[in-house]
Amino acid sequence: MEYLIDDTRPIFVQIAERIENDIIAGELPEESQVPSTNQFASFYQINPATAAKGVNLLVDQGILYKKRGLGMYVASGARARLLEKRREQFFEHYVVTMLQEAEKLGITTEQLTEMIQRRVKVP
Amino acid sequence: MSNVVEVRNLTKSYGNVLAVNQVSFSIETGKIYGLLGRNGAGKTTIMQILTAQLFPTSGDVKVFGEAPYENRRVLSLICAVSDSQKYPKNYRVSDVLHQAAFFFPHWDREYAFALIEDFRLPLSRRMKALSRGMLSTAGIIVGLASRAPLTIFDEPYLGLDAVARGIFYDRLLEDYSEHPRTVILSTHLIDEISRLLEHILVIDQGRLILDEEAEALRGRAFAVVGPAAKVDTYTAGKHLLAREPLGGLVSATVMSNGDASDRKQAEALGLELAPVSLQQLMVHLTSEPSERKAVGVR
Repeated sequence: MEYLIDDTRPIFVQIAERIENDIIAGELPEESQVPSTNQFASFYQINPATAAKGVNLLVDQGILYKKRGLGMYVASGARARLLEKRREQFFEHYVVTMLQEAEKLGITTEQLTEMIQRRVKVP
Repeated sequence: MSNVVEVRNLTKSYGNVLAVNQVSFSIETGKIYGLLGRNGAGKTTIMQILTAQLFPTSGDVKVFGEAPYENRRVLSLICAVSDSQKYPKNYRVSDVLHQAAFFFPHWDREYAFALIEDFRLPLSRRMKALSRGMLSTAGIIVGLASRAPLTIFDEPYLGLDAVARGIFYDRLLEDYSEHPRTVILSTHLIDEISRLLEHILVIDQGRLILDEEAEALRGRAFAVVGPAAKVDTYTAGKHLLAREPLGGLVSATVMSNGDASDRKQAEALGLELAPVSLQQLMVHLTSEPSERKAVGVR
């Protein structure tokens, strides 16, 4: 599964993002167990210390927590908090970028709104 | 003592050729290190000094806290696998495995035989009748099954096919997770192994030019693309690794100090940002012809 990870950004950040995505998508429900550091390491073929760093990033944010002797679990309320964080990022990552590109191409805000509505109507 | 290796001001010269030039570094317990550099950079010389196969011209080398020369305690804790490993005449693969049991106190016989199966190495074949790739495989099996507290793989996969390399990475990670130990991987093939590494040392023309956590390095280098004037404004005072013009545009590769401000500044100037992989970064760092450079570490 090496192709899931790219070498141009810190890998631990990418591991944390993948876990976040799985929580948001519901594939890792709250209070369920997350794969172990070694499982992440062998799945993505990465150094176990790197995998641990990614997991710990989410522990520090309270998204995951450790059950002693059992492993890492998804915290209650993690999904809602991640959604909130991602919605804030959505503006920066998508809306601002889209407006910049639109300006470059001479697309007005009106035309942009029209485009979005056209797309939304398509099922 | 948490450092497995301590090297201070190590120099090795052959006549007037400086193979290793004032190199200092430490290797911490339980990490996987990458010793990277081009052919002839001095990687093998350094590893031969660590394993007491060569004497340094000057400098201080400690392995497990002691000088390695004629030091049985220290040498019994090291397994060094190299591509030029010689075996006695008429030795078969099975003989190599039997001998290894005497050399390495942590040798795991069952694991060695399991690896033989994984790699499909013919046990009764004579070593001299093995193909290049099979010889490399034999070395890798000895290295893994030795479970030596310090295991050194010097360019271990000469002639190995992609399947066997994949098995090597899998088994290395798996066994390292279960039996943590210190591993040094020396290679000039960076793209395949970079994500296995926790720490990276780069040797260029006998000098240590980089000593850094692998994760801290990823994303540190990036390319900016834009009109020449803007790019040059941006790169002024920065660590410039490469500059390539394309018509009126310029693509410049820079090494940032790791915080986000460098990227923000590029965005503010309207420059396009492109990622640079570790492999590309190494190429930039080690491709300049005989110009000495030191990278700002941290």
